[in-house]
Amino acid sequence: MAEIMKGESVLVMGDATKAFGGLLAVKDFSLSLPKGSLQGLIGPNGAGKTTAFNLITGIIPLTSGTVEFKGERIDGLEPFEVTRLGIARTFQNIRLFSNLTVLDNVRIAYHAHSGYTLTDSLLRTKRYDQKERELTEKALDFLAIFKLEDIAGEVAKNLPYGQQRRVEIARALACDPSLLLLDEPAAGMNPREIQELMELIHFIKDRFDLTILLIEHQMRVVMGICEYLTVMDFGEVIARGTPKEIQNNEMVIEAYLGKGAGKSAAS
Amino acid sequence: MPASTVNTKAAPRPAARRGPPLAWVGWVFLILLALVTVIYIGSKAWSNPILFLQNFLDGLKLGFVYALIALGYTMVYGIVKLINFAHGDVFMVGAFTSFYAVSRFNLHQWPLALFPGINPGLSIVIGSLTVVLLSMGVCVILAVTIERVAYKPLRDAPRIAALITAIGVSFFLEFFGALPFVFSGRFIPYKSPFPTTAWYIQDGIHPIVSGTASPDNTISFSNIFLIIAAASILVQILLQFIVKRTKVGIAMRAASYDKSTARLMGINVDQIISFTFAIGAAFAGLGGVLYAVAYSSIWTQLGILPGLKAFVAAVLGGIGSIPGAFVGALIMGQAESLTMSYISTPMRDAVAFTILIIVLLVKPTGLFGEPAQEKA
Amino acid sequence: MELGYLAGTIVKMVALIAWIYGLLWGLGRKKLWQKALTVVLAFVVIQAVILAKLGGVALFSAFDQTLLYQAITMAMVALGLNLIYGFNGQFSLAQWGFYGIGAYCAADITYRWTNGDASGLVIVGFGVILGGLAILGVGKFLKRKRGVPVLSSFTFYLFAIVAAGLVAVWLGKAVSTALAPGFGTAEAPGPLASPMALQAVFFLSVIFAGAFAALVSFIFGLPVLSLGSDYFGIATLGFAIIVKTLLVNSDTILPFPEMKGGRGMLGIPKILASMAPGDEPGIAGFFKNWTPAWLWAFVFLILVLVIVRNFVRSSTGRATLAVREDEIAARAMGIDVAGNKLLTFVVGSFVAGIGGAIYAHYMGFLTPSSFDFIAGFNPLIIVVFGGLGSMTGTIAASFGWIFFLEGFLRVLLGQLGTDAPSWRFVLYPIALLLLMLVRPQGLLGTVEWGFFRAEGFGARLKEAIAGPPGQKPKMAGE
Repeated sequence: MAEIMKGESVLVMGDATKAFGGLLAVKDFSLSLPKGSLQGLIGPNGAGKTTAFNLITGIIPLTSGTVEFKGERIDGLEPFEVTRLGIARTFQNIRLFSNLTVLDNVRIAYHAHSGYTLTDSLLRTKRYDQKERELTEKALDFLAIFKLEDIAGEVAKNLPYGQQRRVEIARALACDPSLLLLDEPAAGMNPREIQELMELIHFIKDRFDLTILLIEHQMRVVMGICEYLTVMDFGEVIARGTPKEIQNNEMVIEAYLGKGAGKSAAS
Repeated sequence: MPASTVNTKAAPRPAARRGPPLAWVGWVFLILLALVTVIYIGSKAWSNPILFLQNFLDGLKLGFVYALIALGYTMVYGIVKLINFAHGDVFMVGAFTSFYAVSRFNLHQWPLALFPGINPGLSIVIGSLTVVLLSMGVCVILAVTIERVAYKPLRDAPRIAALITAIGVSFFLEFFGALPFVFSGRFIPYKSPFPTTAWYIQDGIHPIVSGTASPDNTISFSNIFLIIAAASILVQILLQFIVKRTKVGIAMRAASYDKSTARLMGINVDQIISFTFAIGAAFAGLGGVLYAVAYSSIWTQLGILPGLKAFVAAVLGGIGSIPGAFVGALIMGQAESLTMSYISTPMRDAVAFTILIIVLLVKPTGLFGEPAQEKA
Repeated sequence: MELGYLAGTIVKMVALIAWIYGLLWGLGRKKLWQKALTVVLAFVVIQAVILAKLGGVALFSAFDQTLLYQAITMAMVALGLNLIYGFNGQFSLAQWGFYGIGAYCAADITYRWTNGDASGLVIVGFGVILGGLAILGVGKFLKRKRGVPVLSSFTFYLFAIVAAGLVAVWLGKAVSTALAPGFGTAEAPGPLASPMALQAVFFLSVIFAGAFAALVSFIFGLPVLSLGSDYFGIATLGFAIIVKTLLVNSDTILPFPEMKGGRGMLGIPKILASMAPGDEPGIAGFFKNWTPAWLWAFVFLILVLVIVRNFVRSSTGRATLAVREDEIAARAMGIDVAGNKLLTFVVGSFVAGIGGAIYAHYMGFLTPSSFDFIAGFNPLIIVVFGGLGSMTGTIAASFGWIFFLEGFLRVLLGQLGTDAPSWRFVLYPIALLLLMLVRPQGLLGTVEWGFFRAEGFGARLKEAIAGPPGQKPKMAGE
């Protein structure tokens, strides 16, 4: 525990709890993400991982507890305000703006920093022209980083699944975050795509100086790239540790495989 | 960037924000609004309690009719998530069917015509029931046809396409009905299949001699009111029974909860949806006949506003909830009746929607609705 | 006779569509002078056609011209609705209510003015300015507070706007009393009673009517937009019904005796009257009957086109589309979804208000039954026909709709006697149902012409969106 506490924490959750009626979807969830770390959040289906993401981004309000981002309280803020502070996310079931082009998907992420006002655009001022051009150039540069420039004009829903994932990650990064939350980025990918994804995550982490928290079921991804894991079950944290430690943790094995599962099943 | 180490627990932070800021302002505003309304209506009621009670009865009559229509809206919305705009027009067709049955074909007198020796009272009861059943049947056929022809092909289309289609069907019924060889676009005086009797209350219940007004400062009511109330309550109980106890009702609930799973469980969802439309239409047909009897004038756009208000009632009570629709309809009836007599008659339509907006803001799921969860 | 009329209408419609295409193509050019030239040329063409005669008969009869005005207003209202519904995904039936509000507001201003009373103009003017300032002020205050619930912010805005309105009435009455001498007497009209002044007042009345509709839409939309799609739809339907009820009782419930409630408001200056070609030979004769009527109609049409297009083709417009596509993802992209919906709703209503103001001044007569919510389905049907999210489609559908259904069909069905309106409404829904079954995305889908297309910025973008050489450009209309 002590090991991860050193250094500046980007995100700190303290006893975050969310109740839906009588059901505690997330209970006393605490988490601390040091700057520049790449952590994983794992657990069986329905363990409350996505709910935890929704609590961080403000999509659903906390019942109790706190969320701090770079030392400031962000619980109670609207999701768009959270994003503007520097937390971006992707979704488990890809949520691209499916009838818009890839370019527009990325340009939408720049909206908060477009640099011109509605008045500028209504009057088509010089500033509109200049900023809009800059914005487009910036978006194309950005897409080029992800090797998506060629498909900038494609409508998002026509893209193959793997590319949609890439676009979604690119779009999230266009929000200029310092913390990126990835919700099952490898879901539905084949082994080759997973390999590419892992490379991509490493690449963006260095390139954009990110802290990353990801939810994942694919053990290959989790064990391959995460430095530290938090395991949830029934809304509670049941274990924390490095991938190696987690792999041999009795409680985790039990949570995934049920009581009485032998140690051998862990690998 | 301040602070190098942050403890997960118990860092000295300002106390957690208790709820959103300034929330009290809205509440104070609403409470003041409610207080003003209550005091205003209360003072009016105090100064003339008899009139107030009379208004209350009128409101109940309206509310019971709305309840009959609202059931159809709430069931259909519950199962296919469609605001079935045409439902109000099915209600209108019910009223017209009974009009033709009575005025053109004297259907309400068939027992007397076939068995001349029959007790006239019994003849009226059987004849009227036949008229009502015929209207209900026509409405059922109409609604199921609409569902099969217009809505079913669009079940997988965007919801808005179905909504626009519903609006289109509604227009079609209204304006097709307005053609001269159909119902004509004029207001038509409605002939009731059974005679109306009214009573007033003054030291007991006395019948009102037809052609004379009830004495001043008395409450009066008619057999129509009693029939509407009884029909509405019976339908309510019947529907509760169908939904809660019968196989079809359970299938309906399953389909409204999750259509694809219901299909996997061997439920014929298409049939269940048609059945839902049919039940709703039957009650709307009943409501149409009673409405026409009570307000004694019909035209082809008769269904629009009652239909809308019934939908508002269904939303008010929590869409998908059958008792909710009933309670919502009664509230709607009261609101309308009180507005008519104490505020201004033309504003009766406005009040319905104002209440709707306020209720949805305060409790977005309606009074009896179950909270919906949005999955991110 | 009917066949000739049919052929004539079709020719006129095709010509008008070509004219619109030309206008949009020209406005879509890069250089400013090209755009300016297009505007001038387009106006000259339409004006010349209206003043032209063919074999002694006007090309556009008074009836045709009314249809054209109708098409222009319908295009405005429908464009506004497309913004709200097609681009932002908010199913609104309130548009017709805002149209009615705009119509009555502008009509009241010019009616009072022609009757020697400036109070309408001054009060509405102060009202929209002070109301706007009040909204800005409260907005700043609430933004600092962060996370104020809808009900409370609605309360703040409501009280601020009511206060602004009261101040406006008080100020306006004072100012208009001071202005009264300017109108002079019937024998010696003062400077304010001049026709030039009336034209200026008309211009202001249109803008104010739009602003007033926008103000109302703000205070209505703030609570209602938070209800969610179906409930929003039903609440907006309620709004349309309430507006009509209020208009029917404008002389009893509302304090406007000149609107005459359900009997209809007469005596609105017909500033956009239809124009008969001059009889005398020569240029002067040609222009003999010229009034600024079509100039105004044209100017306001261009204004609306520019507002809507510039709104859609901006960062805010992209955010608007994002909200339509996926609200949750939009919020995760840092878009203020509630604010964006409200903004779009207000802009759409502003445009509807302008359309209403134009309507009032070519009809010269207003009756609440024109603003019945059933008629309010017309713009919705037009938007659906033209294509949700296609500005071009909306305009084409508006012109087609008016000329085909109001013009041609009315004349053809006139043969059937008094049931013509019913028959029309029997045919609309059938057409609508067929469209929904066959082509639910509307006739034009999301195709855009010239001016309405997204602007490409720089050669690199063109290259990128063109894809590998030989392929068709892939940039969709939006």
